[in-house]
Amino acid sequence: MHRYRFILFRPLQFLPVLFGISVITFVLVRLIPGDPARILLGTRATPTAIANIRAQYGLDEPMWVQYLYFLKNLGAGEMGKSTLYKIDVLRLIATRIEPTLALVATGVVLALLIAVPFAAISARRQGTLADHAVRVVSTAGIGFPSFWLGAMLIILFSVKLDWLPVSGYGETLGEKLTHLVLPGLTIALSLSAVLTRSLRAGMVAGLGSDIATAARARGMPEGVVFWRHVVPNALVPTVNLLAVNIGWLIGGTVVVESVFAIPGLGQLMVRGIFSRDYMVVQGVALAFACATVLINFAADIITVALDPRVEM
Amino acid sequence: MLVAGLGILAAFVALALLAPWAAPYDPIAQDGAARLLPPSLLHPFGTDNFGRDVLSRVIWGARIDLQIAVIGVVFPFLIGTVVGTLAGFFGGWIDAVFMRVIDVVLAFPFLVLMLAIIAILGPGLSSFYIAMALVGWVSYARLIRAQILVLKTQDFAVAAASLGFSRARIMFRHLLPNALAGSLVFVMSDAVLVLLNGAAISYLGLGVQPPIAEWGVMVAEAQGFMTQAWWITLFPGLAIVVLAFGFSLTGDALADLMGVRE
Repeated sequence: MHRYRFILFRPLQFLPVLFGISVITFVLVRLIPGDPARILLGTRATPTAIANIRAQYGLDEPMWVQYLYFLKNLGAGEMGKSTLYKIDVLRLIATRIEPTLALVATGVVLALLIAVPFAAISARRQGTLADHAVRVVSTAGIGFPSFWLGAMLIILFSVKLDWLPVSGYGETLGEKLTHLVLPGLTIALSLSAVLTRSLRAGMVAGLGSDIATAARARGMPEGVVFWRHVVPNALVPTVNLLAVNIGWLIGGTVVVESVFAIPGLGQLMVRGIFSRDYMVVQGVALAFACATVLINFAADIITVALDPRVEM
Repeated sequence: MLVAGLGILAAFVALALLAPWAAPYDPIAQDGAARLLPPSLLHPFGTDNFGRDVLSRVIWGARIDLQIAVIGVVFPFLIGTVVGTLAGFFGGWIDAVFMRVIDVVLAFPFLVLMLAIIAILGPGLSSFYIAMALVGWVSYARLIRAQILVLKTQDFAVAAASLGFSRARIMFRHLLPNALAGSLVFVMSDAVLVLLNGAAISYLGLGVQPPIAEWGVMVAEAQGFMTQAWWITLFPGLAIVVLAFGFSLTGDALADLMGVRE
């Protein structure tokens, strides 16, 4: 069990990072020129509201005291009010988590469904035309802008073929699933380009490994050797790769949500920027950063669970 | 591979430099009689909803998007190189402070932190460059620092120190040139990310502003006309894909040439 001991101690290492995240998000909003009370409340705030917010955030105190007020409010689950939606930022964020999570999950699942077969073809037929084709396409795929890919998928599958909805999210589970296909595919196509390269390298190494040679020596058919011994081992580093790329993946969902008008966190942030809803921008940035830290931690735990050789 | 990659990059540089002569039409001149025309001999990439020639706008867009890729890489590269060299060479508390800052910046999703900074500075290309410099340097700093940590213990560095050379001279004349190889390969893959980010931020309406012809802006403007005119969306995106492919090919070829593995 000592391999899992890092689960107890690692959170302590998060503290400086979480401190840094809170300082950056605090400073960002305070850097906006103008009266902070008006920035937080919008231009049409009443004098009482301004007096209240001055007290709540300690706006007449020195900057470092204001930061402590900010922390105290955060600790109480108080992230301010959205000037656009007129509700608590924390509650607003909570309602927007589901579409973003569903989008990321769809994207990752579809990306694996695309990347594993292509990496397999490429690794098992090294040096053939198919291998070269997969490598060229995955190199080019990294440079596909997600906003353009999404728009092209809409033109093809929604406008020309009329198979899937153009945009939006829907209410029922069935509606949500059909609305998630194209945005999920947009993310998956970009992501699978990254995954294919790494999976191919893992599979090539696995095919030449002692495990594979030993399995072949026992008379195991090549197909079984590949799918039972090579592929699972090649998938382990993928967990880490996904975690390393989670920031990039979240950035992708921010753009894709805007393309497909999906009411997730990314769309909330982009609209917040346009409507100068700074508490929302601050809250979403904070939420995304904390999620990134947690996901990396979770990936470490999964890697330790999957691979008995790994020590953290 | 190197020839193909550099060829693509050279072609885009040529297009950008020669845009006034290469583009058949004025990129922002509107023509009410030529709205939403499909690709034809007269307009090879068709026209948009203002009757502007899409080919000409794609060619002029090369100027802006190449500039985004270059400026968006240069400042993070310079800042990251200096920070990474100092942190790796001096170690101790300087290193510790910089590494903590890097951890925090890396905790934020790249695009999210950029958007948050742009939210404060206000939309525009210069805000994009500032945000890029503030966020992008960390990858370079980490790369260079790791190289310097290894290099500074090697014989040539120890020899330089025992000859009494100044620390600045050892850092920037002896260690840094040897540390740069890896980051030059990274520059190419970073250029792809910067190009995609710059275009995406412009697509969102927070970077380059219309009517300037920039590929991300063009895709954004095309979105209202997706049902009628696929060509306004297709061609600017293809330009991004091809330019990004040029950077990727060049990067892969350089990595093979220099024996660097990322």
